[in-house]
Parts: sequence; C-alpha cells; structure tokens
Amino acid sequence: MQTVHDVVVIGSGAGGGTVTKVLGDLGVSVLLMEAGPMITPGDFKERLAPYDLPDRGLGPKAEGYFGGTSAITYNANFGGATIEGEPYTVAPGSQFRWFRSRVLGGRTNHYGRVTLRFADYDFKPRTRDGLGWDWPISYDDISPYYDKAERFIGVTGKAEGIRSAPDGIFQPPAALRVHDVLVQRACATLGIRAINGRQAVITTPTNGRPACHYCGQCGRGCRTASNYAASYVQIFPAMATGRVEVVADAMARELITDASGKVTAVSYVDKNTGVERQVRCRTVVLAASACESARLLLNSKSSRHPQGLANSSGVVGRYLMDTVGFGMSATIPALSGMPKYNSDGYGGHLYVPWWMWDRHKELNFPRGYHIEVGGGYGMPGIGSFNATVNQREGYGLALKKAIRDNYGISANLSGRGEMIPNEQSFCEIDPTVKDKWGIPVLRFHWQWSDHELNQVRHMQTTFRQILDAMGGTINTPAAGRGRGAAPPAAGPMAGAGAPASQPVAPAASSVPISVGGGIIHEVGTVRMGDDPRTSVLNKFCQAHDVRNLFVADAAPFVGNPDKNPTHTIIALAWRTAEYLAEELRKGNV
Amino acid sequence: MSEITRRDALRTLAAAVAAAATFDRLLAEQVHQMVAQSAVASGGAYSPSTLSPHQYRTVERLADLIVPIENGAPGALEAGVPAWIDMLAGVNDQLKAIYVDGVAWLDAAMKRRAGMDFAAAPPADQTGLLDLIAYRGNESPDLAPGIQFFTWVRRMTVDGFYTSRVGMRDVYLGNSPSATFTVPAESLEYALKRSPLA
Repeated sequence: MQTVHDVVVIGSGAGGGTVTKVLGDLGVSVLLMEAGPMITPGDFKERLAPYDLPDRGLGPKAEGYFGGTSAITYNANFGGATIEGEPYTVAPGSQFRWFRSRVLGGRTNHYGRVTLRFADYDFKPRTRDGLGWDWPISYDDISPYYDKAERFIGVTGKAEGIRSAPDGIFQPPAALRVHDVLVQRACATLGIRAINGRQAVITTPTNGRPACHYCGQCGRGCRTASNYAASYVQIFPAMATGRVEVVADAMARELITDASGKVTAVSYVDKNTGVERQVRCRTVVLAASACESARLLLNSKSSRHPQGLANSSGVVGRYLMDTVGFGMSATIPALSGMPKYNSDGYGGHLYVPWWMWDRHKELNFPRGYHIEVGGGYGMPGIGSFNATVNQREGYGLALKKAIRDNYGISANLSGRGEMIPNEQSFCEIDPTVKDKWGIPVLRFHWQWSDHELNQVRHMQTTFRQILDAMGGTINTPAAGRGRGAAPPAAGPMAGAGAPASQPVAPAASSVPISVGGGIIHEVGTVRMGDDPRTSVLNKFCQAHDVRNLFVADAAPFVGNPDKNPTHTIIALAWRTAEYLAEELRKGNV
Repeated sequence: MSEITRRDALRTLAAAVAAAATFDRLLAEQVHQMVAQSAVASGGAYSPSTLSPHQYRTVERLADLIVPIENGAPGALEAGVPAWIDMLAGVNDQLKAIYVDGVAWLDAAMKRRAGMDFAAAPPADQTGLLDLIAYRGNESPDLAPGIQFFTWVRRMTVDGFYTSRVGMRDVYLGNSPSATFTVPAESLEYALKRSPLA
C-alpha cells in the first residue's frame, strides 16, 4: 500500500516554499515536488569575479565575442525563456515570453527582491473605476499575512504613510547611493516622492540568518541567506524538521481524481529516468507558477472533467497578466570623475511609489506604475566598456582616464505598471505540440490595450523629465525589463557583457512597451472569486469544483497591481496554508 | 603538476564548466594555482601556445600601448592580457585568424613606413601608425583592415584589463563584503555640486 501524503505541494518557489514552511511549522507533513534539481548554496556564484574564470565569462570557445551567449552565467536563474525539450508556443499575432526556473526555490533564488504590499484599493479595482474585477478578499484580510511574511523573511523600508504603498514591518534600509540622491531630488522638483526601497533583504540578523553583507549580488543567490529565497529561507529549514520530503526532478503531468471528483494522486515524470510515477495524496497544492499550474489543470482531463480539472467555469488559463515594463537610462555628467566608492549595497535602495493614485481623472490611463531606480558601479564584465571605447576611440592614458571617469555614471529608471486583465490575453493547451516528456504544452495569446500603452507614454514623458532635472543625457530610450538599455555596441563586437535588454513589442503603435511575459510577473490564470461560474478558486484559493485542491502561486490573482507579485504570493500562500491545515484538522478535506 | 601545462589546465576547466551547469570555485582556484606554478616553473615568462613568439610580442606591445602603466600602477601587459588573448585565440579559430592576419597587416604597414616589423619599430613609429588606425574617422580602403584589427585588440585589451584582478580596482571598489553600507560625503558633495540640484 503506497503512502498517502497529507499534502503534496507542486512547485517550490515563493508559493510552494511558503506553504511548505507554514504547514511544516503547524506539524503537517508535506511532500514537495520540484520540476528541477535540488540546489545547494555551493551552486551560487556570489562574489565570483570575472578573473576567477579563465575566459572571464566569454564562454569556453570565446563565443561571447561572436554573437553567442556565454555558457557561464553568474545569475542563479537556472532556466530562462528557452528550456531544452520544454517548449511553449505563441499564437500568430501574439508575442509572449515565458521565463521558467527549474530548480528548488524557482525564480526566488535570483529575483529582484522588490517587496511591495498591494494598496487597499488594489483589491477592489472594479468598484473603483469599473475595469477588471474585484478580489474576493480585501486588504484587511491579507494585511496580517503581509505582517507575518515581513517578520519572517525581512523587508527593508521606512514607514511613509503613502496610500499607494502601505507601510509594513521594516528592517532599517541602507543609505541612498549618490545617484539615488540625485533621482530623489530630481523627483522632488516635479512633486514626486521617492522613498527607500522595499527589498526582501535583512539588515539586522533575523531568524538565525546573518545580516546582509552588501555585496550587491542578490541575483546570484545569497550564500548567507541574507535575502529571501524559498530554497534557503523556507525549504531547507523545513526539511530539517523531518516533516518535509522533497522530490526533485519531478515534472508533474496530471492530477488523478476519483469518482467523487477529489484528487487522489499526482502523476509525474521522474526526469532522471523518464519513468512516470504517482504519489497519492489527501490534498494537493499547485504552486508551479501561474502558467504551469493552469497547464497542469488543463492537462488533467477526464470524461468527468472534459475541459480540465476544476474548470467548470472555463476560466482556467484566462486573464493572464504581466507587468507593464518600460526603461530609460541617462548618462549623468555630474557623476563623471566623482571619487569612487563601493556602491554595491543590495539592489534598489530607492523607489518611487505611484504618486497620482488619487488623480487618475487628469490622466488618459486608469492604473498606476512605480519606478525602480538603478545605477552605480556594477562589477565590470566583458563588454562593460564598449560604449566609452567606441565613443572615445584612441588608446593610452587618455582612453584609460575616459573609462575611469565614465564608469558607473548612468542612472536607470524602470517603470513597472499595472495591466488590466483582458479577454485576448490567455494561455491554453497547444493542440499538437508536446514537451519531451510527452506532456502537451501551453500556447499563449497576448494583447496590450490602450490602458497599458498610454501608461507607457506617461512613463516616457516622466522619466525624461526626471533625468533632465538631473542634468542627464538620455542614452537610449528603450523598453524592456532591463535597468535601462545599454548603449549599443558598434561593429562586430556586441559582446557577452552587455546587459540583455528585452526586445520591445513591435506594436502597431510606436510605444516601446515590454513584451508580454517579459517582466516575468505572469499572474492570474486560475483566478479566485466568489462566483464559481466566473472563477476557479474561492477566497481561500481552494477550487470551487474540487475541495482538496488548492493553488498557492500567482495564478489566483484577480488583478496585477503595480506592485511586484512575490510579496502577495507569499502572503496569500501563507493564508491558504493556515486554512488548509485547519481544514485537514477538521477533516473537511 | 609539472606535466600539466597551463593550457591543458584551462581546457580542462573550460570543458568542466561547459559540462557542469554549475561552476566550482575550488576548481577555478586549482587552475589558478596550476597557472601560477607553471609560470614559476617556466621562469615566470608565459610562452604563447597559439600565437607565434613574434605575433605574441606584437600583441604585448599593443596591449602596453592601449592600457599603459600609470603612475606605477600595472597596465594591460602586467595584468596578463596578452596571455589571455593567446588563450582565447587557442579556443576560437576565427579569433586566431583575426590576430594572425592583423599582425601581418601591422607588419606590412610598418615595413612601408619604417622598413621593419611593428614590434621592432621605434615607439614614435608605432604610435604614429596607431594614431591612424585608432579612429574610425581615418577610414580608407588602405587602412580599413588595420582599423578593424585595432578595434578588436583595443576592445579585448580593455575587457581583459578591467576584468583582471589588478585592472578591476581602477573602476570598481566593490565585491567586498562589509558589515555596513556607507556613501562617502565627498562623493555625494562632488555630484551634487556639479548637478542642477545642489
């Protein structure tokens, strides 16, 4: 007789990690399945310098100099939009990128750690302006879970009393960098308030984790667990309790149901052997990422569930959203020749919350955005000096001085805006294409609306004003997820070191908006709601149709406010896990 | 250790890095030790394994001209850039051809100018030729191959120098863990004073 696990969690990112931690703490045993390998801190490349690599990051055959990408990445992403043997398709006329990290902890190992609460009004957008849908929960429902998340993972910031950026329980923030101070003052001249960044980084020892050591390499994975990642902050400690078992390299294929419609088992492919296996379960929590969770439900078809499991409403896969992205960078002459300092720190020390939340009547778009601020001296890499070298040319001490004076003198503004869900943006099962395990893949449909395009136009105008006020020279007005675009490298040398900027969606308009999925904030494919005819999950992220099925990633999101989703994924998952534990205790599931 | 040449060690490492998705810092440290030991064993001088001694000498001279010693601080030559270029030319035939053809072009141009190879020419002739090929504005059918080659050497010398242990410190003071994060007042004052926001 095979073991029946109380809870099987599928996916180990922010949602799965949180559910695993919370259930483990409540004494519930968890089997955690991850489609990628196990990870150890030894896999992280924190503080590795280019000179630690003989090829300095060009790749084993110097392919970085010839249009190829380096085989070595410092980043702890363990994945990307392209994964061998695991394709997805995009419908004609649409553009979409789907970034996946197949590894324990998922994208939390490398993500930007921007940690923002939704505002109270974000939960009731339809009530406010008639667009989108209201959530079945309010800010008051989730606020205690934001508190718990902040106490546990640690978030920097200061109380500011801004309605669009609710205060939380904060760790002391690090000092503003020089370019931050310039941006903050430039914003002030425009009546815009810029505040300390809210990052999932601890600046004081917290829950046994040492404080940040300010190496600035959060994206590489943190060897001291001083920022948040589900792997080292939640899952490793949970495994140590003995109540959590991790099955790595397990690609979930299908949820198996019994005659009563309850999930009884998860069928998965053991990627190491290619063998299909099953684990039996009392309850299952999907936390595979919004699109993977939708895919799994849609692929769990049976005569009883012809359009996929938990999908009597037909909305699984629907209302897919991403964040609106736009970036602009400028060279700031005031920084040229400045006495250098170690500006590494920890990601964004400054950000600009949406400042016109009560003035939308003055605007031709209904929802807001925030601005993330970048700049400073990054670790040099191959290609870091292309722009200066191409501009100055020559050689010798004059070139060396130009490089020294011009290094790290850019400031970058990244706009991150709210998208309103629409009928044209969704994912479905591709009718023919399968991945290498034989599992049908997703096909994406995507369309931005004027709401988003007009918002980007506003970002363009505003960013130029801010950078102008600093005396900056705009580098390349370009969209993308990047921290502003790097100046293009001339000639045959486009190199490996240039920051990869996301291609701009070639919309009919000339608005340089990011590609759908490009900001890697996909949310909303298995949404919650009070009405089972128009939503998949109830207000506890429990399927209306299947009582022992829960979803704990960004799929339950009803909207996608201009706050990066991870904090709300964690808070919602925490709430769902507590509810699930209680329902298990009561014998209701 | 002695029978393991530097290049073999680098190749082993490159293959290992390509094979394993993850990089092992210990492996890198071992290679650095091997490189250091092989340098000591060979009397401290690096012997090129892809470029000819003459081509290598030419690359050394170019690296020294592009990023020279400054107030006693090491330049690209001291930072080992020529050896790095030789190593890369050994793993990429296209790159090797760029250097083989480029040095030949430089030698031919210098023969016309001063009657000798580039590396053997007086410094004034060397810089005289570089002053022609270091700028796109001098583009002509005659100079085009030289400009293109110099663009490569300059780019790689700059990359190699500023990603080296000694070169990086010229532009970047980070990658050092610290208990606090501070911004020097003199830097902030410098920028504010020069900005429109003082």
